Amino acid sequence: MVETKVQSILYLNGVTKSFDGFKAINNLSLDIRPGELRAIIGPNGAGKSTMMDIITGKTKPDEGEVKFRDVIDLTKHDEAEIANMGIGRKFQKPTVIESLSVWENLELALAGHRNVFQTLFFKLDKAQIERIEEILLLIGLQERRAEQARNLSHGQKQWLEIGMLIIQDPELLLVDEPAAGMTDYETMETAKLLKSISENHSVIVVEHDMDFIRALDTKVTVLHEGSVLAEGTLDVVSSNPRVIEVYLGR
Amino acid sequence: MNYTIKKIVLIAIGLLLSWISVGWSADFESLTKEVAQSSYAQKNKLIDQLVALEDPRSLTVLKAMLDGKLYLQKSDQTVVIGEDHPDGVQIKNISDEQVIDVVGARSLEKVKINNSVRGKLRTVIASLQLSAKDASLRRQSARDLIKSPDAELRDIIAAAVEREESSSVKKEMELALALVDVESENADRRKQAIKVMSASYSPEALAVLERLSADKEGAADIAKLAAEGADKVRHRMGIMKFIENLFFGASLGSVLLLAAIGLAITFGVMGVINMAHGEMIMLGAYTTFAVQQIFPNWIEASIIIAIPMAFLVSGSVGVLIERTVIRHLYGRPLETLLATFGISLFLQQLVRTYNSNNVPVVTPDWMSGFYQVNGALSLTYNRLYIIVFSLLVLGLLALLLRKTLLGLQMRAVTQNRAMANSMGIRSSWVDALTFGLGSGIAGIAGVALSQITNVGPNMGQGFIIDSFMVVVFGGVGNLLGTFFAAMGLGVVNKFLEPYAGAVLGKIFVLVFIILFIQWRPRGLFALKGRFVED
Amino acid sequence: MSRKPILQLLLTNDKASRWLFIVMGVLGVLVPILNLAVPADSAFHVPTYMVTLIGKYLCFAMLALALDLIWGYCGILSLGHGAFFALGGYAMGMYLMRQIGDRGVYGNPVLPDFMVFLNWQELPWYWYGFDNFGFALLMVFLAPGLLAFLFGWLAFRSRVTGVYLSIITQALTYALMLAFFRNDMGFGGNNGLTDFKDILGFDLQADSTRVSLFVITLLCLAGAYILCQYITRSKAGRVLISIRDAESRTRFIGYKVEHYKLFVFVVSSLIAGLAGALYVPQIGIINPSEFNPLNSIEIVIWVAIGGRGTLYGAIIGAILVNYAKTTFTSGVFAEYWLFILGALFVITTIYLPRGVVGILDGYRQKVARKKADQAAATPVPQTAGGK
Repeated sequence: MVETKVQSILYLNGVTKSFDGFKAINNLSLDIRPGELRAIIGPNGAGKSTMMDIITGKTKPDEGEVKFRDVIDLTKHDEAEIANMGIGRKFQKPTVIESLSVWENLELALAGHRNVFQTLFFKLDKAQIERIEEILLLIGLQERRAEQARNLSHGQKQWLEIGMLIIQDPELLLVDEPAAGMTDYETMETAKLLKSISENHSVIVVEHDMDFIRALDTKVTVLHEGSVLAEGTLDVVSSNPRVIEVYLGR
Repeated sequence: MNYTIKKIVLIAIGLLLSWISVGWSADFESLTKEVAQSSYAQKNKLIDQLVALEDPRSLTVLKAMLDGKLYLQKSDQTVVIGEDHPDGVQIKNISDEQVIDVVGARSLEKVKINNSVRGKLRTVIASLQLSAKDASLRRQSARDLIKSPDAELRDIIAAAVEREESSSVKKEMELALALVDVESENADRRKQAIKVMSASYSPEALAVLERLSADKEGAADIAKLAAEGADKVRHRMGIMKFIENLFFGASLGSVLLLAAIGLAITFGVMGVINMAHGEMIMLGAYTTFAVQQIFPNWIEASIIIAIPMAFLVSGSVGVLIERTVIRHLYGRPLETLLATFGISLFLQQLVRTYNSNNVPVVTPDWMSGFYQVNGALSLTYNRLYIIVFSLLVLGLLALLLRKTLLGLQMRAVTQNRAMANSMGIRSSWVDALTFGLGSGIAGIAGVALSQITNVGPNMGQGFIIDSFMVVVFGGVGNLLGTFFAAMGLGVVNKFLEPYAGAVLGKIFVLVFIILFIQWRPRGLFALKGRFVED
Repeated sequence: MSRKPILQLLLTNDKASRWLFIVMGVLGVLVPILNLAVPADSAFHVPTYMVTLIGKYLCFAMLALALDLIWGYCGILSLGHGAFFALGGYAMGMYLMRQIGDRGVYGNPVLPDFMVFLNWQELPWYWYGFDNFGFALLMVFLAPGLLAFLFGWLAFRSRVTGVYLSIITQALTYALMLAFFRNDMGFGGNNGLTDFKDILGFDLQADSTRVSLFVITLLCLAGAYILCQYITRSKAGRVLISIRDAESRTRFIGYKVEHYKLFVFVVSSLIAGLAGALYVPQIGIINPSEFNPLNSIEIVIWVAIGGRGTLYGAIIGAILVNYAKTTFTSGVFAEYWLFILGALFVITTIYLPRGVVGILDGYRQKVARKKADQAAATPVPQTAGGK
């Protein structure tokens, strides 16, 4: 691939999506630079999930541009294609494949080999086995590799899912409320993990937990009623009177 | 020689006597008897006398005579009307039409008529009918004449046309007259007749017009006129055919609608595929049968009684199924489908164990028969009622969903079960009632369907796939969608039938829906929104 | 892929498969001997009708296997799999029909009896080639395969899932049933195809032919089993499971769910078609009632009772239920069979979600738990991947 300098890893401009007249996303614009770690906060119904759905191809916007790496129009592709381009998504509710083992979950997410006949005759090579081992170590699940994913604790499932995300080796990671339901310790560990990931990936984190956002120590975007209300460091944003109104006024 | 003369004299005296006696015995019964006993030659005169009595019963007697149903009892020479009966002939009194008895054919002597008497009878009957007090009788008589025009009756018909006051009856009489006139020698009369015929809806008139237009030997101007007239009639009949198709389609559509509404509710609100839905319909139909068995004297009211009964029977079976089986399977739609299929097998077999054949459900008088719009279009009452009934059920249901608390809660659960739960709606209770409601409506559908299809253990099977198609086509959880889908499918099916045949038409519709789902996986009127996602 | 890893896989890793192959091997050797070599008056003689009956069960087992592959592993509940079975059956039936030649009632060398009866003058074009066994065999796979491809391509592409898919598969088989009931279709209408005489020159009534068909069916079942086993054990099989458990997640990992579904749906239809093709010469008739939606849904209950998501479970279920059906419908309990079947549907779905295999597993797991705990430290990667 010719490596011209990419300006924006993800670029949203004037995106609007309504359901039965209700505007879930309203003229939303967003610009994520390569290697950036961006936190997105906003009250319930601010359009965070819909925004994720639009980026990952689950929902098509009514209007507006969604560009990946400056040139690729994401609205023209489906989920699988977008995932294969290098956008990984972690859901709010951890969704790992319950009846497969931890190892198999990671193997499934391993980069490459997505079509039927490739997977039908697929054999793990040495490098791939090492890669899985590496991720197992990273997410601290070496001991439970043979366990069915349904037997993991909530936190472990979150970590497994993050592991699956990393092993896809995406350029851009969308992480939806990774700290939900985690203990304080786990939350801080997760923040650390994301920061380390963001060293060589672009990451968008959607989160409610202010301590977690603070620990990420990065640029914050506040969403409200489907569009951007404020942007900046957490301190700047949290002193913005409109943000205070939205968060405290209700 | 002597002997012969004596005989002739005796006969002459006899004739004279009978002639005198005829003159004197003016009352209905004895006159009828004389008609029956008299010779062919006398009959015509006596018939005139009978008519002159202006006794309404004479029409019945004369008709019976024409149909060969008038008999003399050999034992006492009383005149009776006989109807064929498995055990011989069922005889009726002529004076009050009460059934007397069923007797062997040998104890009766048929009142014979020859062609001359037959002609006389026709004329007399037609004129009696055409001047009857009852307008429907006059109309019927005009229609009979349209079916079999009789040149000898021309003057009678013409007179009747003059007399007639009801414009609709007059029209039919005019057509009857035209069908006679068109065969006459008088060219003006013929043209006038063709004009009248061209304005009609009658297939009989069309047949005559077509014959005339193809007649190369007749007058050219008549043929031309007839050809134009035939076109007009054909065009008008085409429109009627279209309306008839529309009517059949709407009636099939309302059958589908009735069958599908209940399913739309259970599927829409609960996401439950109830494969036993067809059996709920069947239970409703059997309830109708049971009501008729229990109250054999109330056949006319049986349908009305059966509607609430069927709702209760099917509804409570539905609630029972929900509480015992479906409750355990929420969130597992495929398993629910299988379990309810098991229930459907079970219920079918249960009914089959009672009686494996179809049971006869009686159609009340007010539902049989048809409304004749014109010569080319008649609407059967049972189908008319079913259309009205299905709309009524749909309307009531829509009202229930919009105006009642249960409806509100059901809609809440449809839109977002989790949210409804958290707002304090007991969704399990709503589910049970919803399922009961859906099943109950299926029961009501069964009552209606018992009037137009066979009622048997397998009847539910015939509806299940069709109703699913309707629900899927219309979009889940949307009554309006169900309505349009049912009517649309019904009408399309009926319009396809003449070209493709019933079976192929049905196949086309199925294939169409299979393809349609590809295009709009959630149906015509899908609920939209974030929460509908699976 | 070489043959070795599959055999290795089957013989070393999976106890149930090993048992299955032992039983099939014993059947394959014993039944022919007991039928052909043991005299008819011996207590050990297996009568030919019994051979055919077991052969029929094996065909149904294959059909169950086909359904389990898509339902148990990929979550696609097809209520129309009988259609693929019947299409395979019709393709074979058409061959057998052409083999009758002029030995039919009307003695027409080309036209089957029912066409003569309908006053048809010549063979419809779609009957051409069916006098050739190779062509017929091709059609056995092609007819169901093409239908499955077309249907699956449309349905999966537009993401028709769950009960919607189930219902339209049911509509599909229903439509086919209506179509095949029509005389004009040229497939024998109501009566279907029957009165077969011989296959590849062998008399269908002969014991040796019956036994050969039985053995071939057994081999095909074994082959289908190995194929399904291979697919489900491969990484593709794990993608299927992941589609079953979390379809949308699978998309976000980057798999084209519709391709996988289409692939497995077509494979499944091919197996079902083959099962139908083996069924027809043994039973001696194929008619439109095979398309009846009721038949298709019965297949589902075989799989459910056996235990979906385990291939041998499907086979066990098919044989158990059909054995029960034969027993009950022929005896005084004939009237109760549908009650039993109905109850089976309800009971398995509510109380036995994993079927008979689930019961056995539950018991085995209790016994094996201690051992498993000790063995947990053993590295697992070896079981992953098809090597």
